[in-house]
Amino acid sequence: MNFRRKLLVAAAVLGIAVTAHAADPLKVGFVYIGPVGDGGWTFAHDAGRKAVEKKFGPKVQTTYVENVPENADAERVIRDLAAKGHSVIFTTSFGYMDSTLKVAKSFPKVQFYHATGFKSSPNTHIYNSRMYEPAYLAGIVAGHVSKNGVLGFVASFPIPEVVRNINAFTMGARAVNPKITTKVVWVNTWYDPSKERQAAESLIGAGADVLLQNTDSSAVLQTAQDKGVHAFGWDSDMTAYAPKAHLASAIEVWGGYYAKVVDAALAGKPLKGTVWGGMKEGMNDFVSLSAELPEAAQKMVGEKRAAIVSGKWSVFTGPILAADGSVKVPAGKALTDKEIDSIDWYSEGVEGKVPGK
Amino acid sequence: MIALEPLFASAIGAAVPLLFASLGELVAERAGVLNLGVEGMMLVGALAAFATVASGGGVALAVVAGMATGALAALAFAVLTLTLQASQVAAGLALTIVGAGLSAFLGRGYVGFRAPATFEDLPLPGLSGLPIVGPAFSMNLLGYLAIAMLAATAWMLSSTRWGLVLRTVGESPSVARSLGLNVTRVRYAATLFGGALAGLAGCYCAVAQFKMWQEGLTSGHGWIALALVVFAGWRPARLVLGALLFGGVTALGLTLQAAGVHISPFALSSLPYLATIAVLVLISSDQRALRRNAPAALGKPFFDGD
Repeated sequence: MNFRRKLLVAAAVLGIAVTAHAADPLKVGFVYIGPVGDGGWTFAHDAGRKAVEKKFGPKVQTTYVENVPENADAERVIRDLAAKGHSVIFTTSFGYMDSTLKVAKSFPKVQFYHATGFKSSPNTHIYNSRMYEPAYLAGIVAGHVSKNGVLGFVASFPIPEVVRNINAFTMGARAVNPKITTKVVWVNTWYDPSKERQAAESLIGAGADVLLQNTDSSAVLQTAQDKGVHAFGWDSDMTAYAPKAHLASAIEVWGGYYAKVVDAALAGKPLKGTVWGGMKEGMNDFVSLSAELPEAAQKMVGEKRAAIVSGKWSVFTGPILAADGSVKVPAGKALTDKEIDSIDWYSEGVEGKVPGK
Repeated sequence: MIALEPLFASAIGAAVPLLFASLGELVAERAGVLNLGVEGMMLVGALAAFATVASGGGVALAVVAGMATGALAALAFAVLTLTLQASQVAAGLALTIVGAGLSAFLGRGYVGFRAPATFEDLPLPGLSGLPIVGPAFSMNLLGYLAIAMLAATAWMLSSTRWGLVLRTVGESPSVARSLGLNVTRVRYAATLFGGALAGLAGCYCAVAQFKMWQEGLTSGHGWIALALVVFAGWRPARLVLGALLFGGVTALGLTLQAAGVHISPFALSSLPYLATIAVLVLISSDQRALRRNAPAALGKPFFDGD
């Protein structure tokens, strides 16, 4: 029996209500869009949660709610977590933005951290990862590997986060082979293995021989292996899903950021403000490169990665042309974070038009 | 501009699990049992099949494991609804929820790697090279099995004594009972058959189609299978049309995008549902036919009492 238990027993005997604030663990809540077993987006967030548990042990108590739809349910779940004494809450999908802000208003002492959004408040902070960085490196690999000069992208929803990944992937490939084009298929879902598979099949049928996806399952990669073409892992390391087709994985690394937030909360000084991190901050990475990649590809990936990590170069550095040939970023200039966060145009080499444009 | 063969192949790939699951449900419904737990049975079957190949059991054993697990889930439903007379709708929904949760919970260790054994495509010499219809002759073993089971079930329902017994139980259980048939036993058999086929559909998803396990792997296809039964007017042959239509319209929308046809993907995504509505309107325009097709005792409990 530890000291606190003894104290509680003593208190019970004496009929005193005890609140042991100092010894209570910090309660940290996570709201997930998908199942923790999706092997992708939610899986990566849950790995971050586990890293926090491992690092802080009994000082924290984490709770997660999975498969929370981006509608009124989200607000109910977030409110419930706040009401149950969670003082740090991570809401890990774009569509939770308004629900998070709404609940944050009624719980001013709770700190909310919303992934990938763009609206903040005094106690709602935004964090995001620059996935376009590993997407660019994937493009470099694709540029070396593609024989047809046609890449395929299985895209979820036409929001800036996805459109800029398509552009970065294409720009990376065209830095190797300026004739490469990218075909894009929109599936309007984050997770539907059957539809993701059919989308990959349609791209392969149209001649694409290297695929990347912005969806949450590994179906695209599996399909690539079945059809004898190549693809990448996304969000999590997906090597084991398709060892033959897998070229590399663009992964999210949330554990470091989550630990920082929790550390600050334990110290009583909550971490505030927007964090938009990339490879430099260790919030994502490009890993598990296939041993079969040509040496030139490995070398170029290494160089660009070093340039990104050192902060000397950023992906959206000019000259960048739009798909219609107009100059979007002149030579010598680079897009600001605000501009990157509102990209709604395809870069040169991407076929078609952004839906709704 | 668009190659039709890959389009057709894609449609077939998506149609096969729908065919298995809807065929099983059709048999159960023809016996008067409405089991809304197809999605749940598919998921537990998918996990059982994947776990079998993951532990080195091979694909044949995976089929057995998938079907047995699906049937076991259906048995739980049958005990609740046929023996204990619980509501079929409520028990079916519960089965879906339990199946989804249980498979997610038990499947955590199976996330993250490719199925070590899968079904390879078996092209039939001569036929698989035919234009347009070629892909129908280069399916995997389960694809051919689906067609064979469909034909066998259609024949069984229409031309055998078993089929007659099953239909009688579904149309008028009291008549069946007065003829000396054991209504409950027939319904048990039909429900277990439905569960086994849903489990087989799950096995197809996990081992032949996606070759992986992830939570919610079947992503709502159990519900589409349920709709297909109505769509087909409870006739097995029409299931093929419905399953191909659903898989094909989805594939068509994606293929048009890949081919660079600039149509809003939002509109394209709604194509399968628009097509379903259109066909349902066509079917239901003949109200008498619809009423004639639906098993009269569908979803109604029957007291075998003595």
